[in-house]
Amino acid sequence: MNIGIIVFPGSNCDRDCAHVVSEVIGQTAHLIWHQDSSLNGMNAIILPGGFSYGDYLRTGSIARFSPIMEAVIDFAGRGGLVLGICNGCQILLEAGLLPGAMLRNKNVSFICEDVYVRVENADTPFTNTCQSGQVLRLPIAHADGNYYTDPVTLSALQANAQVVFRYCDKDGHSMPSMNPNGSIDNIAGIRNAKGNVLGLMPHPERCAEEILGNQDGRLIFTSLLASLIGNAALTV
Amino acid sequence: MKAKIYITLKNGIHDPQGQAVQQSLHTLGFDSVHDVRMGKLLELDLQDMEKESAEATIENMCKKLLANTVIEDFRYEIVET
Repeated sequence: MNIGIIVFPGSNCDRDCAHVVSEVIGQTAHLIWHQDSSLNGMNAIILPGGFSYGDYLRTGSIARFSPIMEAVIDFAGRGGLVLGICNGCQILLEAGLLPGAMLRNKNVSFICEDVYVRVENADTPFTNTCQSGQVLRLPIAHADGNYYTDPVTLSALQANAQVVFRYCDKDGHSMPSMNPNGSIDNIAGIRNAKGNVLGLMPHPERCAEEILGNQDGRLIFTSLLASLIGNAALTV
Repeated sequence: MKAKIYITLKNGIHDPQGQAVQQSLHTLGFDSVHDVRMGKLLELDLQDMEKESAEATIENMCKKLLANTVIEDFRYEIVET
């Protein structure tokens, strides 16, 4: 499978994602410069973490208008799988591919630490090799991960099982004290209504190999691969 | 002509930066401060055009890029030069 990883000026997790795609799940990773305008037959797209355009104005707000984003929006509209990690998630929010917006963390600090998240929906193209309710330990590294959406949209996210990950303790109890950044409803990751776009703030690509001491993040990539193999129609 | 655009978090949206500034002001003894809300000021130098046209242009740029209307409000002043 061909998996495209978009490189914006200021992306810094693009190589990590490419490494996981090629070395961990054995697929072909293509780094795609943000000035390109075509995805050239990719099977899935990853928007990596980093600080695109220095996080100026708002995180993701300028990257969202990079030329490649028209192709990404078109790809997502045709059902293509799009995974946004950290800054990639922020770009998806700014692009309107996911609902809501990110606010500054409640403690106004950049947080770099491992957190626990609970898989709330294991029936997505990005979590199908997880168990429902499974607890994953994943690193976060962000200053703007305080997810916000209006109450009507939040209700819709909850009703449609679009909340895919929630911050929790190591036993899977999701409670305000385990919320690192103030995110509404302890949300760590959401999908779109159609289910083919996922954004999450934690970094699965940073914990996908034994040598790193944690392989929980591998499940996101094995799920993505299983979806691609199981549904060739998603090759758009 | 010039335009000043003010972008602020909507009422009711938690403002962690404003709260941190407020706490700091209290630490310095400025107890009269009840609340602080932080925002952005953008100063634009624009080519001269009719006021209505400038307003439409600024509204458009605010909605498209400068403000995220999920969480932010914007207002602006146009200054003829």
